[in-house]
Amino acid sequence: MQSNAALEYDYSLAKKFTFLTILFGILGMIVGTLIAAQLAFPELNYLLGEYGTFSRLRPVHTNTVIFGFTVSGIFATWYYLGQRVLKVSMAESKFLMVLGNIQFWLYFIGALAATVSLLLGFTTAKEYAQYEWPFDIVVVLIWVLWGVNMMGLIGIRREKALYISVWYYLACFLGIAMLYLFNNMEIPTYFTSGGLGNPLHSVSMYAGTNDALVQWWYGHNAVAFGFTVPIVGMIYYFLPKESGQAIYSYKLSLLSFWGLMFVYLWAGSHHLLWSTVPDWMQTMGSAFSVVLILPSWGSAINMLLTMKGEWNQLTDNPLIKFMVLASTFYMLSTIEGPIQAIRSVNAIAHFTDWIPGHVHDGVLGWVVFMIMAGIFHMAPRMFKREIYSKKLMEAQFWLQTTAVVLYFTSMWIAGITQGMMWRAVDEYGNLMYSFIDTVTVLHPYYAIRALSGVMYLTGFLMFAYNIYKTMTSGRELTQEPQFRTPMA
Amino acid sequence: MDSTDIANLQGYASFFMTVFLVIMLYGYIIYLYRSEKKGERDYEKYGRIALDDEIDSTPVEDKPASQRYKDEEK
Repeated sequence: MQSNAALEYDYSLAKKFTFLTILFGILGMIVGTLIAAQLAFPELNYLLGEYGTFSRLRPVHTNTVIFGFTVSGIFATWYYLGQRVLKVSMAESKFLMVLGNIQFWLYFIGALAATVSLLLGFTTAKEYAQYEWPFDIVVVLIWVLWGVNMMGLIGIRREKALYISVWYYLACFLGIAMLYLFNNMEIPTYFTSGGLGNPLHSVSMYAGTNDALVQWWYGHNAVAFGFTVPIVGMIYYFLPKESGQAIYSYKLSLLSFWGLMFVYLWAGSHHLLWSTVPDWMQTMGSAFSVVLILPSWGSAINMLLTMKGEWNQLTDNPLIKFMVLASTFYMLSTIEGPIQAIRSVNAIAHFTDWIPGHVHDGVLGWVVFMIMAGIFHMAPRMFKREIYSKKLMEAQFWLQTTAVVLYFTSMWIAGITQGMMWRAVDEYGNLMYSFIDTVTVLHPYYAIRALSGVMYLTGFLMFAYNIYKTMTSGRELTQEPQFRTPMA
Repeated sequence: MDSTDIANLQGYASFFMTVFLVIMLYGYIIYLYRSEKKGERDYEKYGRIALDDEIDSTPVEDKPASQRYKDEEK
């Protein structure tokens, strides 16, 4: 070891991205709650003219929580734990610091501009890939800057072995890069038509079924490499570090990693069951989705077993609670997904509210819980202050857990009811219900979902307040805590 | 070759690639356990990386100083 007595980890980038995570989290969840309420009470569509309609706001919600909240959380945690597991400070390389700051500002301005473009109605109309071509170029630039930064930090590391979390972040980088590039291949119409139409508009390079296949290969794997892989990377660091227990089985973590890499990319076609894509491809999508349970549960069980003999921490430390619940929701949603991907189940589930129900038990229970837990763990180390309130954290935990349960149970019931009503026929083969019949029946469940949105958003605001108070008035720490996060 | 032939060909290619990747994955599992049994590697020690992660902690596997120096020179 060289003389690094005065050397410290540099958390400036982690802090900046933490602020963005909270900002985009609040924005994305406000819009999400509003559109959930619009589905229950349609009058709410007319609050802000064309800018307040469900169709405008839905992509704003999805893109803000994916590319705003989650991606900021990925960057924030990487710039924190990347240094720590590689045992190298960002401060050791001016080049990497400058690059990181360019990435931050480009990302901040780019994300806001892209959100405004969606509000103004510029969209490619491809789910989770709605940004028009100039914004895609900015996204690619930001991603390349992050990749160079990550590789640079790995290049100057002291720890030779790459910890399992680093593998996951690397996979996130490579996976998203590949998916985003291929699915966003588009032709700007203005430049190819000799100046007709809007310069921002483009059309996909693929057509028909091919377009759908590429889109859902992207859509499903955006979940894989955005909502699963980096979040698993986070829990593999934060849970052992917070609990002071090494991963239960490092070998299992390696196996689960390669299993996940191997299986996930093939499962996307389950979004196109009963469609015009070849049968073998639909079967492959279903089969790989079921196999996907193994690597997913491999990671989740590994995390739960990490707590072996230390379950008392679950009652003492709310942060452990957040992470154990996140892991449990990961298990729930990774068993629910494969069930929905079985052809016969899919015949009922497809296009119904069960699908957003599934998505949200994954994202609210797993992704958001894990990112918040990561920030709670990082905050005292970054700001050198104790967490402002343990009680507030506990209250937030129970409020948000109840909200997630309300969300997915209401959507399970709504989705299955909807699916059954769409298929119901009388003895002559005529459809028994019209669309409006289903809307009437589903109204109470939509209202419950909107309520759960309000509860979850309130919990997130409590989280933001707790972090803000930690930064400004938490008790100062003289020494960095080794494992357990100190809280008042 | 018409589109049905191409679709069939794609199906077979996917099947054989799956078989190949399954063999690779199981090969990797066997490799992990065998190398640990023979005493060549200890994978579980890497779990300590998350716990001993201070900047002055001793790395679980030190990157050779000469290599790090070379990197710093760049």
